[in-house]
Amino acid sequence: MLNRINPPAFHPIESVNIISPESLKLSNGSNLFMFNAGEQELVRIQWVFENAAFKANAPIINSALSAMLLEGTSKYTSAQIAEKVDFYGAYLFPEYNYDQTTLNLVTLTKYLDKLLPFVLEVLNDAIFPQQELDTYKRNSKQSLKISLEKNDYLARRQFNNLLFGDSNYGYIQKESDFDELNRDDLKALFKQQIVPANCTIFVSGKISNETLNYISNTINNGWVGSTEAPTFARPVFEAVLAQKVVIEREKAVQSAIRIGQLSIPRAHPDFPALQVLNTTLGGYFGSRLMMNIREDKGYTYGIGSGLGSLKHAAFFTISSEVGTAVCADTLKEIEFEINRLRTEKISEEELTLVKNYLLGSMLGSLEDVFSHTDKFKQAYFSGLTLDYFDYYTQQVKEITPKGLLDLATEYLDFSTMVQVVVGKI
Amino acid sequence: MIKYNRFILKNGLRVLVHEDPSTPMAVMNILYDVGARDEDEDQTGFAHLFEHLMFGGSVNIPQYDKPLQLVGGENNAFTSNDITNYYITLPAVNIETAFWLESDRMLSLAFSEKSLEVQRNVVCEEFKQRYLNQPYGDVWLKLRPLAYKKHPYRWATIGKELSHIENAKIEDVKDFFKKHYNPQSAILVVAGNVETEEIKRLAEHWFEPIPKGVEYKRNLPVEPEQLEERREIIHSDVPTNSIYMAFHMPARTEKGYYIADLISDLLSQGSSSRLYRRLLKEQEIFSEIHAYITGSIDAGLFIIEGKPLPNVSIETAEAAIWDELEKMKSEFVLDYELEKVKNKVESTMVFSEMSILNKAMNLSYFELLGNAQEVNTEVERYLAVSVEDIRNMSTEIFKKDNSSTLIYLAQDHA
Repeated sequence: MLNRINPPAFHPIESVNIISPESLKLSNGSNLFMFNAGEQELVRIQWVFENAAFKANAPIINSALSAMLLEGTSKYTSAQIAEKVDFYGAYLFPEYNYDQTTLNLVTLTKYLDKLLPFVLEVLNDAIFPQQELDTYKRNSKQSLKISLEKNDYLARRQFNNLLFGDSNYGYIQKESDFDELNRDDLKALFKQQIVPANCTIFVSGKISNETLNYISNTINNGWVGSTEAPTFARPVFEAVLAQKVVIEREKAVQSAIRIGQLSIPRAHPDFPALQVLNTTLGGYFGSRLMMNIREDKGYTYGIGSGLGSLKHAAFFTISSEVGTAVCADTLKEIEFEINRLRTEKISEEELTLVKNYLLGSMLGSLEDVFSHTDKFKQAYFSGLTLDYFDYYTQQVKEITPKGLLDLATEYLDFSTMVQVVVGKI
Repeated sequence: MIKYNRFILKNGLRVLVHEDPSTPMAVMNILYDVGARDEDEDQTGFAHLFEHLMFGGSVNIPQYDKPLQLVGGENNAFTSNDITNYYITLPAVNIETAFWLESDRMLSLAFSEKSLEVQRNVVCEEFKQRYLNQPYGDVWLKLRPLAYKKHPYRWATIGKELSHIENAKIEDVKDFFKKHYNPQSAILVVAGNVETEEIKRLAEHWFEPIPKGVEYKRNLPVEPEQLEERREIIHSDVPTNSIYMAFHMPARTEKGYYIADLISDLLSQGSSSRLYRRLLKEQEIFSEIHAYITGSIDAGLFIIEGKPLPNVSIETAEAAIWDELEKMKSEFVLDYELEKVKNKVESTMVFSEMSILNKAMNLSYFELLGNAQEVNTEVERYLAVSVEDIRNMSTEIFKKDNSSTLIYLAQDHA
C-alpha cells in the first residue's frame, strides 16, 4: 500500500566540492585563474579590476568608466565593436559594483581567436569619444528620472546613504553629476585602473591546454599598460545612530521598507553561523518573516533579509514592499521577529531545516563551471581560500540553538537599526 | 543536443528523463497545460492565483515547502498566458522526496480556506507591486485589450482587475483543479544525476495510481484579423513619455514565428542592432528602445517599445520607428546581418544547455508543443530563414492596420 503520509527517507549533504583552479602569474603583472569543467564548447574570460580612487568630488566616474569601456578605441568605433561581438554570437559586457569593475567575455571556443585580440584592443586603448559620452549622459539622466519614481529604488539609496554617508557605497546620485563627467577624467582613470597590475583574470569553461596557452600568451603579449597598481580609497565606517526616515509618496499603493545595520564581513569567523541566523529570519521561502508577514497575514508579495559583504564594510538588511494600510503593522512584526531570535531558542526541528536548506542550496548553486568560479571569487576577494567552504559547511552543521541566540544578541538589535519607509505609513 | 528517454504512464502522464551525471543535483519540472488563456473572462487571474494555492498543502501533506527544504531542495513556479510550470531543484540522492510531494498535489489539494484567503491578499499585493506601483507598470493591462478583442490573450496573467482575485471562492478553486490538474494535462521531466530505470520505477510508484481524470478540450475563440489601426493615449504622471507598438504575428509552431523572432533580433538584439544603433545612437531620438515577441503558443504579438528623449516629440519618435519598419519591408537585410543574428541563436542555445533546469524546462515545453525531439532541431528552423522571408514577413506584419499603439504622455509634457 502506497504511504503518502510519511516522507521518503533522505540523505544529508556531507560536503561540497568546489573545483580547484590552476593559477598563473602572467609576466605583464596580472594573475590568472583557470577553471576547467563542463561539456559545452564555450569559454568565459573575466577581467576583474579593483576600482581606483579618483577625485573626491567625482563619485560616479567609476560607474561611467565601466559603462563606456566598449564605446570606442583609436582603431574601432563603438559600432564596429558591437558588430564584431554580435557577429560571433558572443557576449562582451562590463559590470560595475561598488568595489570592482569586470569585463566579461562569453563565447563559443571556436571564435575565441577572433575575439580575444579585439578585447585586448579595448583594454589597451579605450578612448571614450565625446559623442558617446554625451549619449551616455543623456540616457543616464533619463533612466535616473525613471528610477526616482520607484519606491524600492528610493528606499535602497536612502538606506545606503544612512549607513555609508557620501562614500562610494552611500552616495546619492543627482542628475547634475552626469554633467560633471568629462573625457579627460575618464581617460586618466582608465590609465590608472584598467591595467594588468590591477587585474585578476578568471578563465572558465571546457579549456584544453592548448586553449589555456593561447589565452595566456595572447594576453601576455597583447596587453600592455602600467605595472603599477592604482591607489584605492580606504573608508572606515562607524556604526550610525538608530533613526527612522519616512519619504512620503502621496499616490503610493505600497510602501517600500528597508531596515538594517552594519554587520560583519564574510572573512569574520562568525559569518557562516550568522548566515544561518539570517536565513532563519528572512533568507528563504520558509523564513520567519515570510511565514509571518506573507504566508500568515498576506501583507506582501515578498519579504527577505540578507547579509552584504563589501570590501570595506558589511551590512544586514531587510527589504519588502507592503500595502500602505499594513505598513505600520509590518514594522511591528519585523521588530517582533528580530526580538524573538534574541529571547527564544530556536527549536532543533527548525534549525535542522535551515541547515539542510542552506547546504542543499550551496550544492545547488554550483550548477556549472561558471558558478564554481563565482564561488571561488567570493572567497578570494574576501582574502580567503577554498578551505573557507569547508569551514563554512562545518560551521553551519555545528551551530546550536544557544549559539544562534548569542549571535542574535550580538549582531541583530532592532533598537539600533536604521529604518527607511518610502510611500505611506 | 539534449538526450532523453520518454515513456507514458497508464493514466496518461508523459514522463521524460534527461541523464546528466556531471552534477550532484536533480531537477523535477512539471508543466500543466493550463494558463490564463483558459480562464473565464469574468474570472481572470485565476490560473496564477491557483499556482499560489498549490503551495498551501495537499491532501496527505499539510505543508509543501518544509519537507522539501529539509532535504536541501528549493522550488518555484510561474504562470503564463499558456502554461503553469512548477520546478524543484534538489540533491539527486533525495529525488524521491520530489516524487512524494508532486504526486500528492497532483492527486488532490487540501483546499484550505485560510490558504485561499492569504493567497488572495498576497496576489493582490503582487498585482500592486508589479502593475500599479511602478511607472508604466500597467502597460500590459492596457496593451493586451487594445491588441486582442476576442482571444483570451486580451487579459494579462495577473488578471484584468483586483476584484476578480478578491472574489475567488473555494468552490471555484476545486472546479479549476478538477478541470486542469490531472495526469493527462501534465508533463513530468526529471533531469540531472539520475537513471531512467529508477525514475521509471518511482514514476510508476508515485504517479501511476492517480486517476487519469477527464480530458480538457481547449476551444478558444480565434482572434479575427485586425483591419484598422488602433491607438490609445494615456495622460499619466509617469516620468517621461513612452511608446508601445504591438503587431499580430504567427503562432508558436508556424514557420513565420521563427522569421518574426529573427526580425526582432535584427531590430533589437545586442548593441549592433538596427533600432539601438540608428535611433538611439545615431539619430539620438530614444534613450531606450527594444523590440521583442511575446512568444505565445497561439498567435502572439511583436512589440516595439521606446522612451523618446525629453526634447523629442512623440510624433517624431513614432515616425522614426515606422521609418525603420518601412526599410525592413522595402529592402533586403544584408546576408551578413542575417548570419549575425543566426549565430547568436546558435550560441545562446549552447549557453542555455549548461543548466539542467533550462534543459528540463525546454524538454517540457517542446513536449507540450508536440514533440520533445524538436528541442534539438530548433536551431535548424532559424537557420532556414532567408532574407526574402524577412522582407515578406515584415511586409505582412508591419502594417498600420495591424498595429496597436499605446502612448504614455507625461503630464508635465502634455
